Amino acid sequence: MPALAELERAYAAARHDAAFRREFQKYLREYAGRETPLYFAERLTQKLGGAKIYLKREDLCHTGAHKINNTIGQILLARRMGKKRIIAETGAGQHGVATATVAARFGLPCEIFMGTEDVARQSLNVFRMKLLGAKMRVVDSGSRTLKDAMNEALRDWVTHVRTTYYLIGSVAGPHPYPMMVRDFQSVIGREARRQILKAEGRLPDYLVACVGGGSNSMGLFYPFVKDRKVKMLGVEAAGRGIRTGKHAASILGGEVGVLHGSKSYVLQDDQGQIRETHSVAAGLDYPGVGPELSYLRDRGRIEFVSATDGEAISALKFLAEVEGIISALESAHAIAAVMRLAPRLAKQRTIIVNLSGRGDKDMTTVGEYLGVKL
Amino acid sequence: MIRIERKFAELKKRGETALIPFVTAGDPDLETTLSIMRAMEKGGADLIELGIPFSDPTADGPTIQRSSQRALRNTLSLPRIFHLVREFRRRSELPVILFGYFNPFFHFGLKAFCRQAARAGADGILCVDLPPEESGELKRWADQEGMDVIFLLSPTSGADRVRQVARRGRGFVYYVSVTGVTGARRSFDTNLRTQVNHVRESTSLPVGVGFGISTPAQAAWIAQFADAAVVGSALIATIEKAKTGAQKARRAGLFVARLKRAMKRVKKEYNAQARPPDGEKYETGD
Repeated sequence: MPALAELERAYAAARHDAAFRREFQKYLREYAGRETPLYFAERLTQKLGGAKIYLKREDLCHTGAHKINNTIGQILLARRMGKKRIIAETGAGQHGVATATVAARFGLPCEIFMGTEDVARQSLNVFRMKLLGAKMRVVDSGSRTLKDAMNEALRDWVTHVRTTYYLIGSVAGPHPYPMMVRDFQSVIGREARRQILKAEGRLPDYLVACVGGGSNSMGLFYPFVKDRKVKMLGVEAAGRGIRTGKHAASILGGEVGVLHGSKSYVLQDDQGQIRETHSVAAGLDYPGVGPELSYLRDRGRIEFVSATDGEAISALKFLAEVEGIISALESAHAIAAVMRLAPRLAKQRTIIVNLSGRGDKDMTTVGEYLGVKL
Repeated sequence: MIRIERKFAELKKRGETALIPFVTAGDPDLETTLSIMRAMEKGGADLIELGIPFSDPTADGPTIQRSSQRALRNTLSLPRIFHLVREFRRRSELPVILFGYFNPFFHFGLKAFCRQAARAGADGILCVDLPPEESGELKRWADQEGMDVIFLLSPTSGADRVRQVARRGRGFVYYVSVTGVTGARRSFDTNLRTQVNHVRESTSLPVGVGFGISTPAQAAWIAQFADAAVVGSALIATIEKAKTGAQKARRAGLFVARLKRAMKRVKKEYNAQARPPDGEKYETGD
């Protein structure tokens, strides 16, 4: 708790400091490669025969996903706070890679906590993190995925709290993380808003993003929250189907609970024990969801739907074939929802979907799913 | 509840420090836990901390994590744990503190949780992941049922936090001896005694120390300046080596007795002597 209070104070000071904001913008531009394009997916639009679809190309960011936006912001904060060591949890490995990347850039030692299960299915990202000089801390407890990596990172943090900065990658965890990660990721929505106004002369009808913990969706949605006419669609991972119990849809399949210091929708059993989750996309494999997403859902501002493993794989293939873009399995859940939504809408309607990451890391998993040995 | 207060008053009169062993409910089954609790009472335990297993015990080290996972392999529920407390209470007046994480309590309903726990005979609640500023609702129901809500302080707690815990806490203040999670430690911060004395100045509640105490020598050292010593992981590690329930209970009883003996001996000497200087380095070779 004192560490969280210290972080809250440091962040409050930083966000009002023009020099900090300038530095953040500079690294987003020159290091992460922003702004990312808002790309009109013409062929995808034609094939689906309905609303115009724009892709927000976060997959083109340095390291291949939106995760870098937040890690740049937090490492600048860590440096400002005088912390000497960085730790982070990771599921798909994208946040781990993005953390290892900025830690290398700023010369800070870095340790990444990752569940055994995820290490096995994301070996490419594990190798990338090691190349970037990070130390891998493999977590073999519980379901051996993201939540367990987060448990272990929290344990490490309380043990080395005075010198260590815990760089959380999602809009989950204790305050101020959900707010801070949202703010750093909001660059996605701010750019998209400017870009769509330029391209279409008006705001979009729909925003669509996948939701695990929720950082890419919060980043896209947040700058549009007050635009009441813009509908927002969060897509959760239905895994093998919500009814099978093997899924990671915290909002659609969970109940209100408290996990990792925030009150939100949580996948739990009838005794309040946290349930193990399943999704083909490691980055969505988390039994909780950002508290602000839960709040916006309860207020009716965000609608939630889901996509199964199979739908995500089909969407990934479809997008690759018609647009020449291989998306991450996480983002493919959002594409799957768009494939259902777009044909139902008139041609003058517009959709922005967050293509939060690229799919290179997922090729082994997709190959296995399609029965191809790589 | 009154049992905790009464126990500390009674120990103070006798010039003793409380020994609070921790055991996970349902590891490996509730029947064994009951016999372990009874054996610990015979061994000289003054209060008992009963761990409520949770799937994601972020404040616990590997030993208690393993213990929780073993317990959760069986279908465990809060009503079954209340039943265990009720069974124990039939033959004992030892205070029982429920030690756990917020989500299972929250999911059960805080009002029902406090009521049923109190009626079963539990005396206090320690919720490790619930900071005092978020504890209003739990405290309201606990107060109504006469249950003590016990809060944690740690070496990183500032003056504000110490004051808050002193104001809101009941039963005793649990001082976490190290920055970190539960589990045996080879050594403690040399300033622990000073830190504990500092906390004591801000509260009239007894101050207990826990996290990392694993040997009789360590417990005896803590006994010199704290009102209670909590021993968890080392006890669990001893119990988990035994095969049958009866052996587990026997080992638990013996281990508790060794701790208590060491604490009493030192306390007696200490009470007879003048205060030795603060800040000594303490290490054991366990």
